[in-house]
Amino acid sequence: MDEHSHNHADGQAAPSDPALRVKALESLLVDKGIVDPAAIDAFIEAYEHRIGPRNGARVVARAWVDPDFKRWLMDDATAAIASLGYTGRQGEHMVAVENAAGVHNMVVCTLCSCYPWTVLGLPPVWYKSAPYRSRAVIDPRGVLAEFGVELPDATEIRVWDSTSEMRYLVIPERPAGSEEMSEEDLADLVSRDAMIGTALATLPAAKEPAP
Amino acid sequence: MNGIHDMGGMHGFGPIAPEENAGTFHADYEPRMFGLMMAVRSLGLWSIDRNRFTRESLPPADYLTKGYYEQLMEVCVQLLAQHGLISEGERQSGRAASDAKPDVRATTAEAVLPLLTRGGPVDRDVDVPPRFTVGDRVRGRNIHSTGHVRLPRYARGRTGVVDRDYGVFVFADANAHGLGECPQHLYSVRFEAAELWGEQASAGSAVYIDLWDDHLEPA
Repeated sequence: MDEHSHNHADGQAAPSDPALRVKALESLLVDKGIVDPAAIDAFIEAYEHRIGPRNGARVVARAWVDPDFKRWLMDDATAAIASLGYTGRQGEHMVAVENAAGVHNMVVCTLCSCYPWTVLGLPPVWYKSAPYRSRAVIDPRGVLAEFGVELPDATEIRVWDSTSEMRYLVIPERPAGSEEMSEEDLADLVSRDAMIGTALATLPAAKEPAP
Repeated sequence: MNGIHDMGGMHGFGPIAPEENAGTFHADYEPRMFGLMMAVRSLGLWSIDRNRFTRESLPPADYLTKGYYEQLMEVCVQLLAQHGLISEGERQSGRAASDAKPDVRATTAEAVLPLLTRGGPVDRDVDVPPRFTVGDRVRGRNIHSTGHVRLPRYARGRTGVVDRDYGVFVFADANAHGLGECPQHLYSVRFEAAELWGEQASAGSAVYIDLWDDHLEPA
């Protein structure tokens, strides 16, 4: 199958600019009644405004403050996460993996770009990229160092390669000094990367200044 | 297939470029392409496994250099053509060749959130006995199928321990090729880094891989 632009018998060439190609494809599929442009808008809106890492941060914060929820989350993450209203596509089968003293978890999809959309939204570019996918499994310490995460030598690193439809959510360790914080404020401490396992949850004072 | 997509353990792709607070999309065309792809996928004409196999089958140079959303669009176009919904001429011209409408009902905007919330579970409530139990030592089979395979190359011939049995799931390798769902047990198998990477292993690390019964043999 040749997917390069070439002149067709009728003299038309598919545009090579992706922006023009997507426009042409959309108009063709709308014309043929295969897609409704309002549905395209709705899909975009869902992932730009409704479904993102704030969902996962709420799951983590609840697990930090509620031991019963935490047990449920570790035992049946799909059901526990559904109880907070996060269900569906690319989150049908959830597994929570918990960081603890001496254990750090990190998630990759070496074969594709599988990612728990229901709790983290769409994956960042680096997660889908060859450098991360190739090295996360063979050199997790080196990868973590690139994210500025240095772990003690004795810490075991568990890398989860999402080769099936199971989707993994890392539950980072609750930072020391956060004991008095509300669940809502705790959620602010949980970054997207901390739930992939390429960052730790930290108090604001310990964070790098914003660029 | 032993394709470029099977990247675990490869060298030479350079440093990772973390992005702290990037938006969901980058180039202006990406959201439209994503939404279009989702609208087509929501018709349920082909499986996630078929979609993945089609992407894996892109020319390796394109896989590495074209943007993610561009690749998804190419996959979408190829599969629409395979299902007879668009012709090569239409693909080139961007215009419908006739007034005849294909027999599909476009997903409406109102249906989008319910569809997303429901998702498409691939566990199956069927009584299939597991071939392995938690704690068993297993080896990734030495298979080199030219089809869709969820057993990464780096785990073939390597020995690990069954850590969890997730239950019965659609077997992606069969489902990608229209061979039925072949439901079977799916496990998380723990491989020690030293078993996978020898002297180059990161000390004290392990990789957990999701593998189905047909990927494994007793070790």
